[in-house]
Amino acid sequence: MAMEAWSRFLDTFFNLDVIERYFPAIMKGVVVTIEIAAAVVVTGTLLGLVLAIVRTFRLIPMNALIVVFVDMFRALPPLVLVLLVYFGLPNIGINLPSFAVLWLVLALVLAAFAEEIFWAGILSIPKGQWEAARSTGLGFLGTLAYVVLPQAIRLTVPPLTNRTIAITKNTALGTVIGVGEILNQATTAQSFSGNATPLMMGAIAYMILFIPVVVFGRLLETRFAWRRV
Amino acid sequence: MTTGTPPILEIRGLRKKFHDVEILRGIDLLVLPQELVFVIGPSGAGKSTLLRCCNRLEEPSAGSVQVGGVDITARSTDINAMRRQIGMVFQSFNLYPHMTALRNVTLALVKVLRKPRAEAERLGMAALDRVGLANKARSYPGELSGGQQQRVAIARALALEPKVMLFDEPTSALDPELVGSVLNVMRELKRGGMTMLVVSHEMRFARDAADRVIFMDHGLIVEEGPPQRIFSTPSEARTRAFIAELGR
Amino acid sequence: MEAIIQQFFNLAIMERALPLILSGLKQTILICVLVIPLGLAGGLACAILSLSRLRIARWAAVAGIDFFRAIPPLVLLIFIYAGLPFAGLRPSPMTAVAIAFFLNTSSYYGEIYRAGIESVGQGQWDAARSTGLRGYQTLAYIVLPQAVRNVLPDLVSNTVEVVKLTSIASVVALPELLYSADMARSVTFNSSPIVLAAAIYLVMLWPIVRLISRLERRVAA
Repeated sequence: MAMEAWSRFLDTFFNLDVIERYFPAIMKGVVVTIEIAAAVVVTGTLLGLVLAIVRTFRLIPMNALIVVFVDMFRALPPLVLVLLVYFGLPNIGINLPSFAVLWLVLALVLAAFAEEIFWAGILSIPKGQWEAARSTGLGFLGTLAYVVLPQAIRLTVPPLTNRTIAITKNTALGTVIGVGEILNQATTAQSFSGNATPLMMGAIAYMILFIPVVVFGRLLETRFAWRRV
Repeated sequence: MTTGTPPILEIRGLRKKFHDVEILRGIDLLVLPQELVFVIGPSGAGKSTLLRCCNRLEEPSAGSVQVGGVDITARSTDINAMRRQIGMVFQSFNLYPHMTALRNVTLALVKVLRKPRAEAERLGMAALDRVGLANKARSYPGELSGGQQQRVAIARALALEPKVMLFDEPTSALDPELVGSVLNVMRELKRGGMTMLVVSHEMRFARDAADRVIFMDHGLIVEEGPPQRIFSTPSEARTRAFIAELGR
Repeated sequence: MEAIIQQFFNLAIMERALPLILSGLKQTILICVLVIPLGLAGGLACAILSLSRLRIARWAAVAGIDFFRAIPPLVLLIFIYAGLPFAGLRPSPMTAVAIAFFLNTSSYYGEIYRAGIESVGQGQWDAARSTGLRGYQTLAYIVLPQAVRNVLPDLVSNTVEVVKLTSIASVVALPELLYSADMARSVTFNSSPIVLAAAIYLVMLWPIVRLISRLERRVAA
């Protein structure tokens, strides 16, 4: 009886035939997920850094715009943004492929969080650092580039890593608009095969991708723990 | 000190190992009622570890510690009941920053001794009064000077009416001008008959208040005796070197 | 310009969608009221477990926290909603959402509490234990109040994330705010209902996001 239940469980969640049949599809999903995640991380972090630097010039209207952008993208659920862009833009004549929509939205969300984190890092550098650098004849940009940012970015590594992990996990939202990432491949395969194994494969694929990153983030936090003291 | 009085604190063959390093290598020490015993020695000698083993903040690796005749290292002993009889004062005060001075003092009265709040506050005020800080009862630790914080910490231990008090470098974290106020409170305690085991570098205080001075090095008691003798004519070379170093 | 207003800010359509969207808002609030306290409690349990003296308990807590932080919440939700029926269990959308979000948010809250507890120095434990307080009393009266204060911005910030998270319940057809708005969109072929939903999320969360920025700067200072 127990044996039978066990074999039924295996058959439903770890069915070898299903694994073999849908492995290529899931792998394709893995590649898509990695591609989008990489694009989001690079563009989002860079845009966030640029916005934080622009903010140091303290041009009031510009900073107000940045703050509004940052707050909005921190407050809105990414799925709302995805649906808004995906269904809204075509109606005003802009057609973006679904992966571009996902990339655009997640990059903007990451940029908003990254800007806030970089800005907090820049603010945490004592004024004396600015004054010391300026007194040696370094200009504003030189001070920023050689003295302030290197220190500030060090402080931002742990929070930024954790936030980046959380946002790249949102690549799974792509399934809602038909981006062929892991979850999308897994649910499609599940409905074709009538078996839960592809879902299990998808979950395992996410584990393999993200557990190392989560553990890495934890290590970073321990290494940078002095910040909290 | 009459012979035959049972000791309040009785340490026998105490050893403590951290990983592979033996910090305490067999300590035997008796502290009699109303005695003030001073422990001196270079850093790393194991002084703090000795104190922390006396209320089992550190678990001894071997040996026994008896307080008032009760073996606190025995499994059957309710260590929390014993700990309130063993007051401890820390180098860094360790006051609870989110509570007023009075709440710092009354917390254990309410939660460990189960006193009604009103009685706990009366006892707490009395304890604060003994350290001269009744007027700061409503202040938070952050609003007090280091010396005042340490006196509140003494009141916190005192309020539980301990049989013995352990002082772990109580003045080391204080600005020089604040040391006196804490030492005065300790002098008052001595006068009131409190039994005390003190780790400190305040040699002047040791000279005129201590009954006995213990010199420790490398996890062992090197020599002990009345302060006059230890400070002026120590018999061990290591003690002499240490005291010469301090005197400079 | 006219087209943009027509497509995104069509007041007539918003007005027609409003009742549906408000009923969705009710569901969203219901999920929050269910999941936030559960997550806060579950997270605390995880954090306390991760401080345990038993190595196996510590290990299990950290592994659990990392596992559920690694898996995207949508994947977890679909796994529970679409996967469990294969094992003979048919959770309702609300049950599936509650389980998935509980697991996800507990791990995040757990990590935050853990950092908070670690930020309280050993001296506080020593002092409390030296007066005879037991471990759980020390945790409850001395360590947790300070820990929570130290990580308050993170706790609030994670709570905002939980509210945002509720939007993915729409994927399993739980008629919450976003699901209702998207239904109105698909009927009207107009994005204004989603803009309205976005506006509601903003009204709820913007003030809190502002507050977090302030809190973070105060703690950093």
